[in-house]
Amino acid sequence: MPISLYVHIPYCAQKCGYCDFNSYAGSGPADHSGYVAALLAETAFWARRPELAGETMPTVFIGGGTPTLLDGDLLAALIVALRQTLPVAPDAEITLEANPGTLDVAGEKLRLARLAGANRISFGVQAFQPHLLERLGRIHSPEQAEAAVAAARAAGFTNINLDLMYGLPGQTPADFRETLARALALKPTHISAYSLIVEEGTPFFADHAAGRLALPPEEAEEEMFREGQAALVAAGFAQYEVANFARPGYRCRHNQVYWRNEPYLGLGCGAHSFLDLKAPLAGAGAPRPRLSASRVQGGAAVATAPGEPGRRYRFWNLKTPAAYREALGRGEPAVEAGEIIDTAGEMAETMMMGLRLLDGVSGERFARRFGRTLDAVYGPVLGRLEGLGLLEQRDGHVRLTDRGLRLGNQVWQEFLP
Amino acid sequence: MVDQKHIRNFCIIAHIDHGKSTLADRLIEFTGVLSTREMQDQVLDSMDLERERGITIKAQSVRMDYQAEDGEHYVLNLIDTPGHVDFTYEVSRALAGCEGALLVVDATQGIEAQTLANVYMALEHNLEIIPVINKIDLPSADPEKVKKEIEEVIGLDTTFATMASAKAGVGMKEILESVVALVPPPAGDARAPLKALIYDSYYDSYKGVVTYFRIFEGALKKGDKIRFMAPGKDFVVDDLYVFRPGLTPVDELRAGEVGALAAAIREVKYVHVGDTITTAENPAHESLPGYRKSTPMVFTGLYPVETNDYPKLRDALEKLQLNDASIHFEPETSEALAFGFRCGFLGLLHMDVIQERLEREFDLDLITTAPNVIYHINLTNGNEIIIENPAAWPDPTLIDTVEEPLVKASIITPAEYVGPLMELCQDRRGAFINMDYLTSSRVNLHYKLPLAEIMFDFFDQLKTRTRGYASFDYELIGYEASDMVKMDVLLNGEPVDALSIIAHRDKAEKIGRSLVKKLRKLIPRQQFEVPIQAAIGNKVIARENIAALRKDVLAKCYGGDITRKRKLLEKQKAGKKRMKAVGSVEIPQEAFMAVLSTDDDDD
Repeated sequence: MPISLYVHIPYCAQKCGYCDFNSYAGSGPADHSGYVAALLAETAFWARRPELAGETMPTVFIGGGTPTLLDGDLLAALIVALRQTLPVAPDAEITLEANPGTLDVAGEKLRLARLAGANRISFGVQAFQPHLLERLGRIHSPEQAEAAVAAARAAGFTNINLDLMYGLPGQTPADFRETLARALALKPTHISAYSLIVEEGTPFFADHAAGRLALPPEEAEEEMFREGQAALVAAGFAQYEVANFARPGYRCRHNQVYWRNEPYLGLGCGAHSFLDLKAPLAGAGAPRPRLSASRVQGGAAVATAPGEPGRRYRFWNLKTPAAYREALGRGEPAVEAGEIIDTAGEMAETMMMGLRLLDGVSGERFARRFGRTLDAVYGPVLGRLEGLGLLEQRDGHVRLTDRGLRLGNQVWQEFLP
Repeated sequence: MVDQKHIRNFCIIAHIDHGKSTLADRLIEFTGVLSTREMQDQVLDSMDLERERGITIKAQSVRMDYQAEDGEHYVLNLIDTPGHVDFTYEVSRALAGCEGALLVVDATQGIEAQTLANVYMALEHNLEIIPVINKIDLPSADPEKVKKEIEEVIGLDTTFATMASAKAGVGMKEILESVVALVPPPAGDARAPLKALIYDSYYDSYKGVVTYFRIFEGALKKGDKIRFMAPGKDFVVDDLYVFRPGLTPVDELRAGEVGALAAAIREVKYVHVGDTITTAENPAHESLPGYRKSTPMVFTGLYPVETNDYPKLRDALEKLQLNDASIHFEPETSEALAFGFRCGFLGLLHMDVIQERLEREFDLDLITTAPNVIYHINLTNGNEIIIENPAAWPDPTLIDTVEEPLVKASIITPAEYVGPLMELCQDRRGAFINMDYLTSSRVNLHYKLPLAEIMFDFFDQLKTRTRGYASFDYELIGYEASDMVKMDVLLNGEPVDALSIIAHRDKAEKIGRSLVKKLRKLIPRQQFEVPIQAAIGNKVIARENIAALRKDVLAKCYGGDITRKRKLLEKQKAGKKRMKAVGSVEIPQEAFMAVLSTDDDDD
């Protein structure tokens, strides 16, 4: 089975108020080149292992953080090295995440990345109102976002995604209408529209607790969602996931790998992988006394275990750039911990992720993968959720209803133990 | 073989926090029962719960060997007793097995309400009382003042009072010498037919029921065939033990001694605390007087979260009852919560402790309904009924009068807090009885209060209003007519029986408003709008709405961190699982207890 590739660049010019991703402000060129060196060492480590032997990698996603914070040359060198060292397919989708505030006026960085092989670009635009961008802690202006898209086209990118956000503090439905209009005017092929989540541990969380986060009322948030949906559909986009819209033929292939619960390899600090192991991971993955907090948040700690050859294994790398570089510097794998996924767990995760897609979960594909029908495994649950108007079954697929789209958590959790 | 005149049975009584358990530990250490290495804090408080909360719940005994100044060798049986008002019953049982008591009074606090209650109980049992002034090493200690208080308030001679610091190990020898000199040895003829009083028991999965007793007459040997007099059931003694403080085997125990026995008793029902053990060969004619039966004061419904756990809950309650005869329970059915038990407790702390023990020791997930007292209802047809459960409240048209239980409360407080305390008692429908000055700056305030009014955070309020300086004790004094009504709570228009409460008519509206507000905060938003109403009969007195859940969706990608996504959903689901579905509304466990904290919380 093909294995996708995620590469994490953990640096940002500044950390946004809502962000709880594994990213760090205050880095310099020396950090960047040292980190890329570690990435290349990790790439070499996996290139030698049996998991990738004979496989091709259909998608690559370079995310962050802010990959475009790196110098153009360094970024291009990384992309070229990944393609040379790993079995990246010739027609692979190679996405680069980019912040409009980190590009040079001449568009040199994007040109180098495009030449190195990146063929899809994803801009964190979020909004087109200066006061909202400032409240979020973004480092770019609306005009910079527009200039960045133009630069990407000039560099040869034709597959362009814009990330937008709604439900922001101080945002009105009119603001979001304007954001959508200006985004659509840039003729992207793909739009991700995320509703703001106030995550624990972020400045927004503290603001919220202190009553200093003026979130729009729920009615307004819902209006933004519904209007956004309508505007995008009218512009020729189809919604294919809870927060994702694409023109025909431009769905993000990489993210669909996650949603279909298919294998991927993650490189870089804190990156996650999901693979069938073919050889022991040198003991890596056993429980460690100081698991990084983000790996165990959201409830009870994950029961970690070393991976075993022949078993499905979800695992993740050491979280901080320093720990990650140190491990690779010692010649050790950077894996921090992992969990073995048994068939029941894999089925549950397949439902949890698959029901994010508007196509839903294909009964036929499920039966082929697990040797049991959806009905045999989840009949009563499916019936109950259908009764509540959250799920529907059509054309051999189970999918969220319009109502279910807004109450996804209530659906997904039902498939978990 | 110990000569009877070398045995001393004594207990320690005190107000909570005055240092009983620490003193017991030091005495054990001093007599060398355990080496310092084996000592852990509060040896006799063996339950995790006791150690964590720093309270004694169960009376515990230990046998100590002591070489006194007179050159003789003594066996000292010490029983540590609880200090909280809820466990007065436990104390009275412990007292019945003793000839003497150490009265521990904190040198920085003086006499407190529970000190008095315990002293009066010890005097009722004719015990020799030896005052011990504890914590004399603290800077704020005033032992002379405390001595004076003991003489003036209790009327005890303090000539032989011992000055001690259990924490620092000061005064241990003096205390043991006083015990030897002042506590009389047990009476009772070792050759008479056996009469042993059961004062405690517990179930051990290997030994069966382990029975704790004090022998008043006769002797008991390993292999004897014994008879429990109440059920008339015979067993052969497999093992006899004394407490050191764990069970240590012995071959024989005689009149005046304290011990335990195992006799392969698999059925809990044969062993009753307060029953008399005799021998089958030479039975006693009459049993010992036994104990005053404990009367449960507070009732609540206990339901398993998982309906399938009902048999497990019954089993657990039976096992706990063996260890704590004061728990009462009988099966109960609720439309909302299915099958459970109506349980009677000695007080709120007792209820809390039992609930926690059930959850911890038996791994049960429980829902507790709001506690209530017993009401006597005189019906218009002339009959009188007793109500332990709001669900059984009769139709108002059938009620002539309702009577509720009243207590006489004794509050000992620095005089400066009398004002705030009188306000509190007034607010709780209290009637002033009188006030005595204990010293020029401390008073004993007596109020008649409805028991129902002291169940809900009365103690916390008392502590808050006196900065922790007041202490409180009460005794039940009977029933009086009162205008009580049943208030129902409706969710989505449907009454939820487990949420019904009994309230005084004058306060019902305020309680109802506060309760529905509280419920609105506690019950999470559902997939549809849920109205919450409080009603007396058909009259709705308060209403709130829980808006429908509009959005619950994790939109973000989190890269490939599917583990995290799954964990977030699992956590959400686990929260849901702990809720009870009543009709189509999911109610968290805390909601059933919401009424407990309805006071003055309108934010």
